[in-house]
Amino acid sequence: MRSVARWTAVAVTAVLFLLPFAVLLREGWSALGQVFDDRDVPFVLSLLNSTVVAVAQTVGQVVLCSLAGYGLARIPYRHAPKVLYAVVATLLVPAAVTFVPAFVVVSSLGWLSDLRGLVVPGLFSAVNVFLFRQYFLDFPVPLEEAGRLDGLSRWGVYWRVVVPNSTGPLAAIAVIDFIGSWNQFLWPLVIAQDSSTWTVQVALSSLLTAQNPRIPLLFAAAAVSLLPIVLVFVVLQRYLVRGVAETGLSGR
Amino acid sequence: MTRRRTALTFWLFVGPFALGLLAFTYVPIVWSAYLSFFDARDTVTPTEFVGVANYLDVLTDRAFLDSIGTFTVFAAFIIPTTVALSLTLALLVNQIRVARAFFRSVYFLPFACSYVVASLVWKMSLFSGVDSGVANTVLGWFGGESQAWIGTVDPPLYWVVLITARLWLQLGFYMILFLAALQRIPEHLYEAAWIDGAAPGWQTFRHITLPGLRGALIAVLTLNLINAYQAFDEFYNILGDSRGYPPFARPPLVYLYYTSLGSGGQDLGRGSAGAIVLALVIALATLLSGRLLRRAN
Repeated sequence: MRSVARWTAVAVTAVLFLLPFAVLLREGWSALGQVFDDRDVPFVLSLLNSTVVAVAQTVGQVVLCSLAGYGLARIPYRHAPKVLYAVVATLLVPAAVTFVPAFVVVSSLGWLSDLRGLVVPGLFSAVNVFLFRQYFLDFPVPLEEAGRLDGLSRWGVYWRVVVPNSTGPLAAIAVIDFIGSWNQFLWPLVIAQDSSTWTVQVALSSLLTAQNPRIPLLFAAAAVSLLPIVLVFVVLQRYLVRGVAETGLSGR
Repeated sequence: MTRRRTALTFWLFVGPFALGLLAFTYVPIVWSAYLSFFDARDTVTPTEFVGVANYLDVLTDRAFLDSIGTFTVFAAFIIPTTVALSLTLALLVNQIRVARAFFRSVYFLPFACSYVVASLVWKMSLFSGVDSGVANTVLGWFGGESQAWIGTVDPPLYWVVLITARLWLQLGFYMILFLAALQRIPEHLYEAAWIDGAAPGWQTFRHITLPGLRGALIAVLTLNLINAYQAFDEFYNILGDSRGYPPFARPPLVYLYYTSLGSGGQDLGRGSAGAIVLALVIALATLLSGRLLRRAN
């Protein structure tokens, strides 16, 4: 009896969770063909922009943050604790507080409506550095020492020993970064003031809040915008779940 | 290795990141604090020193105080429902044996969806005010009247739309956190309880499961609070339209956006003052909740 109730609950919830996706496809199906040849909205361009931003941000974040995390975890520099403190302190400052001032900096660099303004400020994720540091603290020391005995420098150890043995965590964080970057909205809305630099989320939003939204086209465009994410999700889901479970810190 | 070599290597690894953090987090915060004492309309460079005028403006602005109120209402709805429902989902998924991975994926899938896309589905289909909208159709089955979900302040049904959208998007994420914690509770604790005569169900849940979830519970609560405070995407996309944003239900981030960058004004001095006040409010709230949590234990 209890298992019947449990199964009903699980199945009903699953249907509810899939319903919005079904709605998206049903409403957008008829216009799926028009998405790519509509001239009013730079939809194709926005998909390209999103791809550039998400790929650049993911690669940049993983490289920069894993290097910093490794340095903070393993290099016995005497001021390292102070640097770590300065990194962790920024975690306490909510992004909502920094978005106005960060806008000020980006606009004085002349990066408004410029892909650099979309990509660069997002590269320096203190959360990622913290997570990488936690992970590298537990990295087996004997493996690194073997590399040192073979005559590798710090860099050599990092590239040839640590990175090849850390593909799981690197992939997990990369997947979360990619989804986060693809889905971000407020920052591109603020920075991409010219439609030539719109990301796909900004393009969708401008369609959604327009005077006379063309509903089927809008749904079709939204469905297309989900494709890269669904692909990443299906292929790398096990990394994604493990990454979220082990880190638990990212996401919104 | 000499001390200088070590320092050099350290900065080779950490330096690029540290420079970026300096440029895009530390400099902005200092600049913002500085700007908040100046008149800076339509410009990012301060023009005239105005003392605390921006702060007085913000603190006496009805819209700003309302935005704090909106955030409080939102947090009061979203935090308890998220904790209760994501924990329930985790317990359910943890107990089923067949197709567990499938259901876990289904619940987790919305996490990959953007707030903009969810807003579109919620606004234009699920909760559209027309009779054929999904929510109104369901209401119709039970003999209810169609509702203008988003367009009505009295009753404030827009909350239903905002809350359900966020629940759909984030429940799976928090479920995974709870699931990971559940799987870390050692099986032998349950066996021991069973031998000691504890009834499975509420008793084991209360004395073994719940204590084992304490860390996850604190993580979920904290993340939820931070994320509720950052709410922007779904508010902007669900409630806003081509005429702008209605005066009700502006969370702090929407207020800041319209004050400093949106069509409302480009007033960066005032926006900066608002950001600083919010930072202080949050710091205070964090301190207080930390103290309360400690006392509760």
